[in-house]
Amino acid sequence: MLSSIAKPFAALALAAALISIVLAALGASPIGVFAALGEGAFGSWYACADTIVKSTPLVFTGLAVSLAFSGALWNIGADGQLTIGAIAAGAIGPHLGNFPHAIAIAIILAAGALGGAVWGGVAGWLRARRDVNEVISTIMLNFVAVQALSWVVHGPLMEPSRAYPTSSPIARAAQLEFYFAPSRINLGMILALALAAACYLLLFRTGAGFELRAMGRNRRAATFFGIRIPALTLWVMALSGALAGLGGAVQISAISHRLYEKLSPGWGFEAIAVALVARLNPLGIIPAAILFGALDNGSQAMQRTQGVSPELVQVIQGLVILIILAFDTPAWGGLRENIFGAPHDAAAVPPLAEMPDA
Amino acid sequence: MLEAFLTSAITMATPILLAALGELLVEESGVINIGIEGAMLAGAFVALAIAYFSGSTALGLAGAIAAGVAINAIFATLVVNLAVNQVVTGTAVSILALGLTGVFYRKLFGVTGKAFMVAPIAKIPLGPLARIPLLGPVLFDHNGLVYFTFILVPTLWYVIAHTRYGLRLRACGERPEAADALGLGVIAIRWQALIVSGALTGLAGAFLTLAYANTFVENISAGRGFVALSVVIVGRWNSWGLAAASVLFGAAMALQFGLQALGTVVPYQLFLALPYALTLVVLAGFGGQAAAPSALGEPYRRQ
Repeated sequence: MLSSIAKPFAALALAAALISIVLAALGASPIGVFAALGEGAFGSWYACADTIVKSTPLVFTGLAVSLAFSGALWNIGADGQLTIGAIAAGAIGPHLGNFPHAIAIAIILAAGALGGAVWGGVAGWLRARRDVNEVISTIMLNFVAVQALSWVVHGPLMEPSRAYPTSSPIARAAQLEFYFAPSRINLGMILALALAAACYLLLFRTGAGFELRAMGRNRRAATFFGIRIPALTLWVMALSGALAGLGGAVQISAISHRLYEKLSPGWGFEAIAVALVARLNPLGIIPAAILFGALDNGSQAMQRTQGVSPELVQVIQGLVILIILAFDTPAWGGLRENIFGAPHDAAAVPPLAEMPDA
Repeated sequence: MLEAFLTSAITMATPILLAALGELLVEESGVINIGIEGAMLAGAFVALAIAYFSGSTALGLAGAIAAGVAINAIFATLVVNLAVNQVVTGTAVSILALGLTGVFYRKLFGVTGKAFMVAPIAKIPLGPLARIPLLGPVLFDHNGLVYFTFILVPTLWYVIAHTRYGLRLRACGERPEAADALGLGVIAIRWQALIVSGALTGLAGAFLTLAYANTFVENISAGRGFVALSVVIVGRWNSWGLAAASVLFGAAMALQFGLQALGTVVPYQLFLALPYALTLVVLAGFGGQAAAPSALGEPYRRQ
């Protein structure tokens, strides 16, 4: 148990060491950079609040990824699902002016969840009914979503003056208000916390969650237990997509209020790092998302004072994922059980080996 | 007009095909490498940096090969030796390469946004062939990388389908346990495929900076690695099919630029989405794994 807590920290420490090497190659001071990152993320009340705001989409996409990965469904498409959710929210948002606030919020969030569910559901359906590897389909759907967003903000949803490639702002009624202005803290994070708890209960306290985890450990064995793999695959991918899409809707409703190109800076990919640091545990997603949200938030200050460009955050993300995977390798014996909670016969049929066979 | 469009289609198809041929080798050996985008990006950046500071295109190309091989070596260590999940590793490798090239680009070339141009790789017109109307300029007036890529198509087809080495490669992708029992050395063969693929993917990246853009911008590969991934699927794991799919997608990209310039009613995003949408349609239509190596994506561990 202790080691299951210590391991992510050991991985992060190794990542920090490797990042220090990269920083030395850049001629920057590692101490100075880490200090600037910390200062930028937590240096003031406002910085802390903004770290929370920047972590919010990562909680949604992190939950989406952890749920799918728990079933050994490799959803690389949270970014596309979030984007389609945002498009749905951004399309319906301007027309909600005549609704009461609570209803308008409910509609815009539901639209986002539905959009994401459709996008995730397509990949789930392709996997369940056509035996199409969800890795490939979700990657392809990401790119289609990016082009769809580019098209709508240049075409059907472009704001009326047609001067800027953005959509019209959503109605005030559909905007989540800020609780502690000027900070931008809003209902989104509270919703994210509630969903994390709900996902935890779903995964570990319900029959469906048990079936999902069983499918993740060994698809073939799960079939013998009578678990209907195709239906479960479809529903999990749709639910995963809905979570990511909800994250997109929250971003539109609370923060950006309109659609624009390249809305997501890669929240769906960063979510993979978040989910792995959290060891796919929905409750662990919260601190993991705040960690990466803090990096995103601190990177601006780091650029200003240390002259290191914010892309360093991606270096950190990539290294953290690779190191966690290396720590977790089945080749090193029972270690991997600590992260993915596999049984002792995991070495014989590791769930991570289940990816390609239906 | 037609000549310019077709020439542009071949030019756009080249880096995609080069990377796709590398990915084909890797997939035949039973590994799926999503990190191909990262290897391409690393090749693109290193090629430009070396060519810019040394003034030598050849050194730039060599650097691109080294960069692609280095990225694939990280991937191979995790995926082949440690039997880690290939999809997640590949994604991480892509994110890492995106970050590293971004950070070092800003460091080397400042944040002024000034473009750092290099001379394009010289074209080699193939004598009288290049003077054939239409076909000449479209097919026989390119730089060496283009010829190399298209010569690789029959070469790889022959190696994979008709040589002992190709048989071993495919054995690793179809039945790794059986291949291992025959003493074929699954780990060594998968490493070899990934090294060759790293070199080809690095060159594909170098094509983007040294032959096409003549400079580097962040994320210059812009999803071409993933297009290469779809080329392998749409081309049904056959090098001739890969060439056809690459030229089709290259034409879609070339058409997209033309349409954007003309400002037609057809949204150019449709053409940008085409490779991805077509891949989905092909996969949905043919059903998933029919033509794919059966052990594709499965880590292999000796029991």
